[in-house]
Amino acid sequence: MTFINYAAKEINCKIVYYGPGLCGKTTNLQYIYSKTSPDAKGKMISLATETDRTLFFDFLPLDLGTIRGFTTRFHLYTVPGQVFYDASRKLILKGADGVIFVADSQHERMESNVESIRNLETNLKEHGLDLKSLPYALQFNKRDLPNATAVDEMYRVLNFKREPTFEAVAPEGRGVFDTLKSVAKQILVELRKR
Amino acid sequence: MSSMDLVLFEEEIHLLEDVLQRLRHDANARAVFLIDKNGQQIAAAGEIEQFDTTSLASLTAGNVAATDSLAKLIGEREFSVLFHEGQRDHIHISIVAKRAILLVIFDERSSLGLVRLRVKRAGTEFEKIFETMAQKASAGQDGGPAPTPFSEITDEDIDALFSD
Repeated sequence: MTFINYAAKEINCKIVYYGPGLCGKTTNLQYIYSKTSPDAKGKMISLATETDRTLFFDFLPLDLGTIRGFTTRFHLYTVPGQVFYDASRKLILKGADGVIFVADSQHERMESNVESIRNLETNLKEHGLDLKSLPYALQFNKRDLPNATAVDEMYRVLNFKREPTFEAVAPEGRGVFDTLKSVAKQILVELRKR
Repeated sequence: MSSMDLVLFEEEIHLLEDVLQRLRHDANARAVFLIDKNGQQIAAAGEIEQFDTTSLASLTAGNVAATDSLAKLIGEREFSVLFHEGQRDHIHISIVAKRAILLVIFDERSSLGLVRLRVKRAGTEFEKIFETMAQKASAGQDGGPAPTPFSEITDEDIDALFSD
């Protein structure tokens, strides 16, 4: 749900990072936080367990600059990936303008990726949103690991509407900003259509 | 505009801010915030420079969303009021007009009873403003979509945002 404030001349959009547990959603946000100038970002909030697993969400507000005199602000959220946190995941998807699915490239995580995309579709539907029409990008993370599945194979299994897809190594930043930019652009293009 | 979008024009923001200013004064509160249920701040009044308002809005919305789900789990429609008591400062959270969250931060200069009373009164005023906004939005839809500055956004405008 885009929030347009004519008085403050601001556009606020919400992007949600989705994916199975330990796929690197929080790492994406941490990298973005570390590489953004202080005046363009707010505080990053992580509601995590004592072992640094996301419990509820991570949150990072980002200012991208102005467009037609309006400050363009993106609120980035991650969901907790672990299966049993589904109730929390559902809450965070509410009002999302765009979604980034972070897939774990490791062979043994392919099933979890598939299950998590299905879960994303189901949860979006509960909010009246459809993955087919929502601004969406796919990220194949952990490409540096020796047990990474071939990109072609991942694309065949996980890509379903020829959505923009990026290879990534989140701790090093590879692919992180490209994925974010892709969804941010799609959201602004949607805004133009309305 | 999508029916899910929240669009606020200057006139409405001023009306909402007037109610917030009055509430802050009457409740003797440190600060009051009106927040969208998705975690974005709509308007605020009081000592707002003392707080990280963006984080406050996001966490408040998360808190309300989690509490709403808790209510449903035990068969309640919602918990309409949340109160967090600190040593010095306290937080009173309530839902107004079904879609917004009213957050009041107050200290020993006020009391929970006073805040509750004033919030109730302000809630009715907010409801009226939101009702007028909804009427305006549906009238706009009948007459075709209102032109927005974004319908003229070019690819160059968008690319410029990501140039560095």
